Amino acid sequence: MGSARRLHEGCDMSSVRVLVGTRKGAFILTSDGSRRDWRIDGPHFPGWEIYHVKGSPVNPERIYASQTSAWFGQVMQRSDDGGATWSTVGNGFAYDGVPGTHQWYDGTPHPWQFARVWHLEPSLDDAETVYAGVEDAALFLSTDGGATWSERSGLRTHSTGNTWQPGAGGMCLHTIILDPSNAQRMYVAISAAGAFRTDDGGATWTPINKGLRSEQIPDQDAEVGHCVHHVAMHPARPNTLFMQKHWDVMRSDDGGDSWREVSGNLPTDFGFPIDVHAHEPETIYVVPITSDSHHFPPDGRLRVYRSRSGGGEWEALGNGLPERNCYVNVLRDAMAVDRLDTCGIYFGTTGGSVYVSPNGGDAWHEIVRDLPAVLSVEVQTLP
Amino acid sequence: MIRVVLPAHLRALARFEGELHLELDEPVTIERVVAAIEERFPMLRGTIRDGATGRRRPYVRYFACERDLSHDATDAELPTRIARGEEPLLIVGAMSGG
Repeated sequence: MGSARRLHEGCDMSSVRVLVGTRKGAFILTSDGSRRDWRIDGPHFPGWEIYHVKGSPVNPERIYASQTSAWFGQVMQRSDDGGATWSTVGNGFAYDGVPGTHQWYDGTPHPWQFARVWHLEPSLDDAETVYAGVEDAALFLSTDGGATWSERSGLRTHSTGNTWQPGAGGMCLHTIILDPSNAQRMYVAISAAGAFRTDDGGATWTPINKGLRSEQIPDQDAEVGHCVHHVAMHPARPNTLFMQKHWDVMRSDDGGDSWREVSGNLPTDFGFPIDVHAHEPETIYVVPITSDSHHFPPDGRLRVYRSRSGGGEWEALGNGLPERNCYVNVLRDAMAVDRLDTCGIYFGTTGGSVYVSPNGGDAWHEIVRDLPAVLSVEVQTLP
Repeated sequence: MIRVVLPAHLRALARFEGELHLELDEPVTIERVVAAIEERFPMLRGTIRDGATGRRRPYVRYFACERDLSHDATDAELPTRIARGEEPLLIVGAMSGG
């Protein structure tokens, strides 16, 4: 059996490497398959905001990191030894042509201006190829391991682009999903423009927001303008997408052409992350947050909610999580799943804790606490 | 010889400790100093001035001889004491936050 097949099936894996981006550096957490005892390595790039760290599925030793600072701008880092050592690579993110304007918070035109890289998505079949989702919202591509970047400008120049408006966190492209069954198809999500799909490798894009309703915009079912917080897909079901919107948990079974609400019995359907179990495509996870004005768990009690039916019916998972006085948030890119036989679920909080459940959410324990606020969590499942 | 002090974050990024010494022909200007820094340390491109526009990043300041030179023209000659290496040019991350 080849290594790629083993990686896909998740049957022979014996360790995990968790890549944590925080407000003040990156941390790498490693454990064997039991996921009980952890080694904490970091901070890497201390003092810098690390929005996202993600490894190549082709070569897990190749890891990309987005390092940024209000003072010194964007720096990109690359590791070829699993995060032990790092090298700076290219940070030239120039929009294609004259970028024009989008809407500012007050509705006036505002020039497109690069601020930072929010999300990195390495290619499924080439370790040198990686996508970057940036603020102000645009998609960039590198095919030389991050040395140079070029914009896939068909997204930003979509006919609706000049109407896009930032969410409170900035106008960020925060989600990139590559379809493993179709190299020409990918999905992105932008706050607060919505979700988009390409079927020609990124040349042209279609808004895929039918079925979304947002009370925070004048036309509640508009083609664009929705504050999509995160989207997740199981690789075996590339036409099924799950979305955590500003409010509402949504589902699409036609590649985003239409959406239906699956918030069901959640205590609140506001939240940021959403993810899918590695081996059960109908088992999904969210972290309900009180409201758009109260970014902390209801009643100060941190709980993940799991649906085994692809939404609609949800169960609270709190075994091992704080029961009281917990007023943290879990940000959109701060949840991940491993591919071990018993799927592990991971998430990090703005209070600096990273939790793992090695049994699909039934019980949790804290891997580490008191890190800087966690911005992102990714996990690599290693042989 | 021109003496330059970089902020700690940029020294770490460049893997460089201490004061930076540059050999520059006259006239010595901010533009030429920053260009020389970027040539010697390519990983610092975009961190002091925007890589696309060339403008000083908003939270970066240039101090020398007890003066703030941040708003001077970048092609203006730096003070003689800087050009002679008698005082360092300080590139500083601006104070911000509460």
